[in-house]
Amino acid sequence: MAGRPYVRIEQVTRKFGDFVAVDNVSLDIVRGEIFCLLGGSGCGKTTLLRMLAGFELPSAGRIFIDDVDMAGVPPYERPVNMMFQSYALFPHMTVEQNVSFGLRQEGTARPEIARRADEMLGIVKLGDFRHRKPHQLSGGQRQRVALARALIKKPKLLLLDEPLGALDKKLREQTQFELVNIQEQLGVTFVIVTHDQEEAMTLATRIGVMNHGRIAQVGTPHEIYEFPGTRFVADFIGNVNLFEGRLLEDEPDHVLIESPELGGAIYVGHGISAAPGAQVWAAVRPEKLQITRAKPDSPHNMAPGVIKEIAYLGDMSVLLVKLDSGKTVRITLPNTYRHADDRLTWEERVFVSWHESSCVVVTQ
Amino acid sequence: MTSPHRRPSGLLRRAGFTGRTAVVGVPWLWLLLFFLVPFLIVLKISFAETQLAVPPYTPMFEWVEGQYLQLRLHASNYAYLFQDSLYFQAFLSSLKVAAVSTVLCLLIGYPMAYGIARSSPSGRNILLLLVILPFWTSFLLRVYAWIGLLRNNGVINNALMALGIIDEPIVMLQTDFAMYVGIVYSYLPFMILPLYANLEKHDHTLLEAAADLGCRPFRAFLRITLPLSKPGIIAGSMLVFIPAIGEFVIPRLLGGSDSLMIGRVLWDEFFSNRDWPVASAVAIALLLLLVIPIMVFQRYQAQEMSGGARR
Repeated sequence: MAGRPYVRIEQVTRKFGDFVAVDNVSLDIVRGEIFCLLGGSGCGKTTLLRMLAGFELPSAGRIFIDDVDMAGVPPYERPVNMMFQSYALFPHMTVEQNVSFGLRQEGTARPEIARRADEMLGIVKLGDFRHRKPHQLSGGQRQRVALARALIKKPKLLLLDEPLGALDKKLREQTQFELVNIQEQLGVTFVIVTHDQEEAMTLATRIGVMNHGRIAQVGTPHEIYEFPGTRFVADFIGNVNLFEGRLLEDEPDHVLIESPELGGAIYVGHGISAAPGAQVWAAVRPEKLQITRAKPDSPHNMAPGVIKEIAYLGDMSVLLVKLDSGKTVRITLPNTYRHADDRLTWEERVFVSWHESSCVVVTQ
Repeated sequence: MTSPHRRPSGLLRRAGFTGRTAVVGVPWLWLLLFFLVPFLIVLKISFAETQLAVPPYTPMFEWVEGQYLQLRLHASNYAYLFQDSLYFQAFLSSLKVAAVSTVLCLLIGYPMAYGIARSSPSGRNILLLLVILPFWTSFLLRVYAWIGLLRNNGVINNALMALGIIDEPIVMLQTDFAMYVGIVYSYLPFMILPLYANLEKHDHTLLEAAADLGCRPFRAFLRITLPLSKPGIIAGSMLVFIPAIGEFVIPRLLGGSDSLMIGRVLWDEFFSNRDWPVASAVAIALLLLLVIPIMVFQRYQAQEMSGGARR
């Protein structure tokens, strides 16, 4: 993480009556980043975003943008623009009037306004629609108007609240890449709020996973996916198989976990910081599990079971295997070959196993 | 309509009579009976001549010499409206009173409607109830109550004198002031309710978006809220302006004896002069005067709906 933080959130709490929407959050966001706040509904991510915009005020804590304390700075004086989830386009104005609204508030000269509106409309490819009103546009076009309107003042920080929520899947993927392009082109810092982990993984340089008003973990998409710090994060991002167990051995180079849920011992090829006897969870991603008919050599990290479900998804298949311990695990297999003579079938007895480096141990 | 299945109701249907026409037909029938027919009667009377008889005007059709049907239309009543400046003056002053009252209602009603629309949902219902509450009392009673408040030994003057602010009563009753108070008071709910209905639907995030783009709150009101509430402003203004222009009771009870309103002239023609044809002509002229702005408004609205599609 290079550079000085552009946005600094210091121990910010926001309460609505007794409800704590944002609970003592501290966060640094660097210039030029695409930072995703990811979490389920009601986790406080939108409240945090609205506090950056100035629509909500922190009950405690401070927010700095570009080293300026934002306490007491009203929304219309913040160097921040926001793209609203509902787009909030002005229905009585044309596309061009909507886009140039921000500049007109600043008293920019008319030719300059026209030139920059032109430029923005070009970037979002809406030049031909400048005289339309919002209700005459499709969802994707409205979304682009909202983006152009938020970008025209060349903000250093753009806040996006579920920017792609209302778009269908194809359009959404296309727009994701457009967003990234525009971000690189203009050098804006993005803070994006989303509940969609796929969206966060595609867009973000860093992700902050939120839960119950707190930041559960901050990291790159890779870190969040491969090294989740808690059960919540592991479970929220992608799919995961969690095996509850008790720590037996804690050596610097490995740990051994006794897990009745697996029906055996789990060997992890790195040390963790927890006391022997502590309750821990071993998290293994479905694509990192192997499935074999023959019993694996290793005495650890494996369990016998029966295939209960097979879902064919085209590019891959999802298998649900019921272990002898009673736990059901999820395994994904890539469909590498078009013809497979020896396919696994329902009710077949198999062994599930994984490599000692594939598993992450979480303590909470 | 081109259905191959012939049912017993086919005949009715071919005559254009369906369940749908029946439903739409009820309001049409209502308007026909209670608006169009009376209007045509008044229109007919307006082209007659006054005479001492029952009814006090000449018939439109007459059998002449037992074989010809004679149609007599007297345009003289309309000509009379232009000859005697009284009517023109009355129209003008009615227009003025209605316009001033409308503007006053708008200035008072807009902040009230805005306040109600922005208050908490529970408070909103109470405030709306308070706006509607006066309707539960007779309109006449409320106007009489104003007499009690405004007259020389009325509540307001007595209170001011008791407080020593004034030494002798301010003459308020039977002035234009009292008339405006009465009209604005009576028609204010008609301004507030459509405005509220409009303002309540406004999306608050639009104002947030404006603020986010650097727009100060008052400017945001002018640029966002006010233009978007235009339909409410127009609807409220029409609901105040149209009845106010023909208002008779309030000017009569609260206004000065010299207050010249078209409603009052109408009353005098009908009941004092018993000149039904001229009174009818006044009524028709008034109607035309009101229908024209409504049609302009409707046209404007239709344009607004398809707005932006052009260019």
